[in-house]
Amino acid sequence: MPIKRKPNLSATIALLPTWCAAVAVFIGTMAWSIRLSFTNSTLFPSSTYVGFAQYSKLFSSAKWLASLQNVLIFGVLYVAGCLLLGFLLAAALDRKIRFESAFRTIFLYPYAMSFVVTGLIWQWMLNPTLGIQASVRSLGWESFVFDWVVNRDMAIYALVLAGVWQGAGLVMVIALAGMRGIEAEQWKAARIDGIPVWRIYISIILPQLGPALAAAGMLLAMGVIKTYDIVVAMTNGGPGNATEVPAKFIMDNLFGRQNLGLATAGATVLVLGVIIAVAPFRYAMHIRARAKGAA
Amino acid sequence: MKTMMKLFLAGVAFAGLFASAHAEDKPTIEIMSSWTSGGEAAALNVIKTEFEKRGGVWKDSSIAGFGAADAAFQNRIVAGDAPGAKQGVIGLAAADFVGQGLFYPIDDVAAAGKWADVLPTSIHDLISYDGKVYLAPTGAHGESWVFYSKEAFGKAGIAEEPKTWDEFFDDFDKLKAAGIVPVAWGGQPWQQTKVFNMILLSQVGIDGFLKIYVDKDKSQASIDGVKKTLEILGKLRGYVDAGAAGRNWNDATAMLITAKAGVQFMGDWAKGEFTVAGKEPGKDYGCMIVPESKGMVYIADSLWFPKTGNAATDKAQKLLAEVVMDPAVQVEFALKKGSVPMRTDVDKSKLDVCAQKGVELMASGAIVPDQAIVLTPQQVGALDDFVDEYWSGGSNDAASAAQNFFAVFE
Repeated sequence: MPIKRKPNLSATIALLPTWCAAVAVFIGTMAWSIRLSFTNSTLFPSSTYVGFAQYSKLFSSAKWLASLQNVLIFGVLYVAGCLLLGFLLAAALDRKIRFESAFRTIFLYPYAMSFVVTGLIWQWMLNPTLGIQASVRSLGWESFVFDWVVNRDMAIYALVLAGVWQGAGLVMVIALAGMRGIEAEQWKAARIDGIPVWRIYISIILPQLGPALAAAGMLLAMGVIKTYDIVVAMTNGGPGNATEVPAKFIMDNLFGRQNLGLATAGATVLVLGVIIAVAPFRYAMHIRARAKGAA
Repeated sequence: MKTMMKLFLAGVAFAGLFASAHAEDKPTIEIMSSWTSGGEAAALNVIKTEFEKRGGVWKDSSIAGFGAADAAFQNRIVAGDAPGAKQGVIGLAAADFVGQGLFYPIDDVAAAGKWADVLPTSIHDLISYDGKVYLAPTGAHGESWVFYSKEAFGKAGIAEEPKTWDEFFDDFDKLKAAGIVPVAWGGQPWQQTKVFNMILLSQVGIDGFLKIYVDKDKSQASIDGVKKTLEILGKLRGYVDAGAAGRNWNDATAMLITAKAGVQFMGDWAKGEFTVAGKEPGKDYGCMIVPESKGMVYIADSLWFPKTGNAATDKAQKLLAEVVMDPAVQVEFALKKGSVPMRTDVDKSKLDVCAQKGVELMASGAIVPDQAIVLTPQQVGALDDFVDEYWSGGSNDAASAAQNFFAVFE
């Protein structure tokens, strides 16, 4: 039977200011934004309510729909790409190679850079008249084409490429730390049984890295929702709507287009989207925790 | 030790008192602009020099990029910490701020300087809201310009400026054959919309243009005009290079300066870049209004004066408004910025050949306003989306795209 803890008065008083700040800042501003999304606010908040008009405008906007699709493609490929590449890098470094710490630094280095810097670097490298394409062509391969960043169908993958380059190092470090925590005895036992190295990584190491990779995946996924700076630096949403993302749509309408109502409607949809995506996970974890507690 | 400390603190407080009292004496202003490129900064400096000469104190808070400066300005207005002046276009862009009572009218300065007599009527109307003058105009820019590299034209064997779009496209073919990029294209939505507008004006004429943007006239004539415009725009796609997407306008101008490209469609601020590179109009590069165009699209800059509740700033705002409209400042500013002076009574002999063409068109009234003057920021954004979607979408179905054009105004 669980022990009911008595509320500690001094602790409650000590936490009260933090609670007030959290409620006022987080919940309060969120409620304010949601309220604005039902008004016809343009540059300044207005109190003329228009019902769901902003939402119907939002979902009839090709730009918004494209941005939702883009963030989905980017999110899935970015998280999966970072996890895969990060794990492979960690496995390679785990083989007790020479200059391990030097390689570790090199692979982690991109993560120390802001998305703006990452975006600019890759924009230049992928620009067909300046970057990789131009260099390879000047070496004599005249028909070489690598123009993802200006190609409508490929621009979103250019973003993924830059994102994975930046984020894989983080996964590598987390996975490597996890691998170092695995007992050497398991390796010895597997060797005696004559299991090939790749099989050890997939069947023995990987399952034990679950929590570490889940944490890394969660960190990356949170970044996906906020994706803004890399897009602005690399493509500015173009060509056309090819790399438009929700955060950029919201920022553009908030400031450039003086359309507070539409921007807050977009922000509300984004929050709802996150809640819908996260809620089943939380619920599953809750159920699992209860099942464990009962057993 | 303690007394020493007390004395020191008292001294600091005392000095602080004096320092602030001293600053109160002089009209002090913080000015926020997005004029940061070479020519733009030099032009802003003209105003600064004269302002300081007349005893003002100038604090520069320039931010690169029009949108970034606007966002920062909105943040500061909402936070109640408005700068003393902000550079912005005339017309509807400022209307919301004025409507909310956030700007300071400069009616008395305008009356004393007889602005109504020296400015074109249309400009005077656009800086006034509810009969009061709020904005101080700095200069106008023509936006119907085609700049071309004389060196590139020479290499391609083009002797004359084209008179029609057909001739123009023939010239593009010649440039292409000579291994030169025909059009230095800046693939950013706002630049593409400017090209759309200059072509539209060449297709529908001044009345047709005003009908579309001011009256929102959805007649068949308007739709046909948009369709023809989109057809020309679509044809242009074949004459730009692969690196055009997302290119800055000044990078495109640099392609002309180095004769890597033939022509650029841009507003006359591009001249500033040529000037900084030591190129001369009429000698190294040419300027012409787009073919078949009877007039010119223009945009006009001004200074906005937010209310700050600070007496020193109020004084400075009036002084700045006077300085901006000073005839000598207007001409000097226009020379540096590549623009056309707003005042009609200034000495135009100093202006270059391109600016003189612009002044002629302005004086004869053959001008139409840029979309930022006559549309709300929401509509301007929708127009950018429309043009960008057509340009980048690769569709050649101009007819059905033209049918959707008027959704921009909803």
